[in-house]
Amino acid sequence: MKQKFNIIESTCVPLPLENVDTDQIIPARFLKATTRDESFFGENLFRDWRYNPDGSPVKGFVLNDPRYGGEILVAGRNFGSGSSREHAAWAIAGYGFKVVISSFFADIHKNNELNNFVLPVVVSPEFLAQLFESIEADPSTRVRVDVPAQTVTNLATGMCESFELNPYKKYCLMNALDDIDFLLLQKDRIEAYEKR
Amino acid sequence: MNTLFDKIWDSHVVQHVEGGPDQLYIDRLYCHEVTTPQAFDGLRARGIRCLRPEKIFCMPDHNTPTEGQDRPIGDPVSRRQVDALAANAAEFGLTHYGMMDPDNGIIHVVGPEKGLSLPGMTIVCGDSHTSTHGAVGAVAFGIGTSEVEMVMASQCILQQKPKSMRIRIEGDLGKGVTAKDMALFLMNRLTTSGATGYFVEYAGSAVRSLSMEGRLTLCNLSIEMGARGGFIAPDEKTFAYLKGRDYAPKGEDWDKAVSAWKELRSDDDAVFDREIAFDAADIQPMITYGTNPGMGIPVGGSIPSLADIPAEGRASFCKSLEYMGFQPGESLLGKPVDYVFLGACTNGRIEDFRAFASIVAGRRKAPGVEAWLVPGSWKVSRQIADEGLDKVLEAAGFRIRQPGCSACLAMNPDKIPAGKYCVSTSNRNFEGRQGPGSRTLLASPLTAAAAAVTGKITDPREFL
Repeated sequence: MKQKFNIIESTCVPLPLENVDTDQIIPARFLKATTRDESFFGENLFRDWRYNPDGSPVKGFVLNDPRYGGEILVAGRNFGSGSSREHAAWAIAGYGFKVVISSFFADIHKNNELNNFVLPVVVSPEFLAQLFESIEADPSTRVRVDVPAQTVTNLATGMCESFELNPYKKYCLMNALDDIDFLLLQKDRIEAYEKR
Repeated sequence: MNTLFDKIWDSHVVQHVEGGPDQLYIDRLYCHEVTTPQAFDGLRARGIRCLRPEKIFCMPDHNTPTEGQDRPIGDPVSRRQVDALAANAAEFGLTHYGMMDPDNGIIHVVGPEKGLSLPGMTIVCGDSHTSTHGAVGAVAFGIGTSEVEMVMASQCILQQKPKSMRIRIEGDLGKGVTAKDMALFLMNRLTTSGATGYFVEYAGSAVRSLSMEGRLTLCNLSIEMGARGGFIAPDEKTFAYLKGRDYAPKGEDWDKAVSAWKELRSDDDAVFDREIAFDAADIQPMITYGTNPGMGIPVGGSIPSLADIPAEGRASFCKSLEYMGFQPGESLLGKPVDYVFLGACTNGRIEDFRAFASIVAGRRKAPGVEAWLVPGSWKVSRQIADEGLDKVLEAAGFRIRQPGCSACLAMNPDKIPAGKYCVSTSNRNFEGRQGPGSRTLLASPLTAAAAAVTGKITDPREFL
């Protein structure tokens, strides 16, 4: 959903697994939807880790653990690998996450998050490890993501890092503009390119 | 001193966006039914049309059942998605090869075989295996649905230029070692994120020696090591493969095109951001034991022991083995197999069926093994019949199904039941990929065939 980004401060949901692929984020059987209803995808985020085949919640899975909540998902390295399905980003957005923190993202998924106003924040392995420790020690640990300053801070320890975000995307996120809005203004350049 | 990747990418840049990505012109957009309905909705909401409808080709493949395609799809949700693609293609004036159309099939099989994917092109699709088309010497990559909408609206995409990597594989491939094994070997060596952020050029004598079908398999799997795409510079094999195909240039245009395509190579002094080399002799027939494609071993090898796994990866490793029902350190040889799947955009081409048939010919499918043999397209299906492979396969107890993505991803009736083991020629062994609870072992068509006739995991070289 298009929304303006500025400073986000929230508790976190920790998922300390590596190589979480988009088939886990949203299994293929939920890809048959022909609409972009984010609440539908959000309800099925991590479906097969979150619910048993009979629909009962899997005890111990972090989304079912009342101690954890918030607008920030913290995940192990190589988050979002595999299938290009944007439904994974819709599910993350639909669940209510605005930020995903990891030490490494798969390329396509990272773009998909950005195109859906979910901010992927790449941190160092040290920052990530310490953040997992902080959250484990105290689930009410808060993190502050400052988009204008491009910094992320673990408020439990004060550890702060800057993160990358290109100026164009930053402008889009802070002003709730998407790439299509931009491209539709480029028709003359496109036609000039085609005549080359 | 440019890489081929630089040459193709740079020649498609409409503009460098200030402080941001490149606006890249796209020559071909492929659309399947799963990742496009919301993009069409987006165009409608904005009240716009496709800028260049003639550059967009649509076909359903993911939901397609592989039996009874002449009847309406039973699952109403699948049917709605397939029907939506047909309706959207009609509304927006796009070419559409519907189910049962002689040109229908898996989009990544059909693109090259129709000559729609040509050297030097930029090609995108809302599907991570779009990298397949790199085999013809194109820059091809998977995108999300918002990006599909971008291309529909403007024939362009905003994209940060990836870094370049060259992977050389020199030497002769051993007996029974296929392009699939090469790819599984690379994923194991590089891990599933080792090429993230890069576009890969495959080079070296072992890569050159691959047929076009083999090259399509190798490039198909680029994404499984994290790469955005992978390609092979076009050569005489590429031109011979493309000549005469429906959308390939004809007559004088063909000659002109070929002379331009011959320039599509990295300069001798080209500088890559990363270069890696492997010896083809080190590659053996491979199989996966875990739940990501990087978790592969030589078919006769052993699963790593816990001590081999770095501390931060152990939780994922143990979760994976528990899911698969395997123990650290054990061998897979001789383990029983319930299902065998030959097909998918990875291994659903004629050469894959020839390879499978070469092992099962004169033998019998093992009792208790359910085998699904699914051509990647109707064209492949017709080739199978023309070559008489269907007779060979039927005599061995196998049956050819109708084309589609089939058991690769559990979006159609072909699902592997929970807990069952499937030796699969597809591309992903993620948890639940072939159906909730399914256990996938990725391998080549030869290894799949060996499993199909023995009912257990077997080194295919026993039959060669």
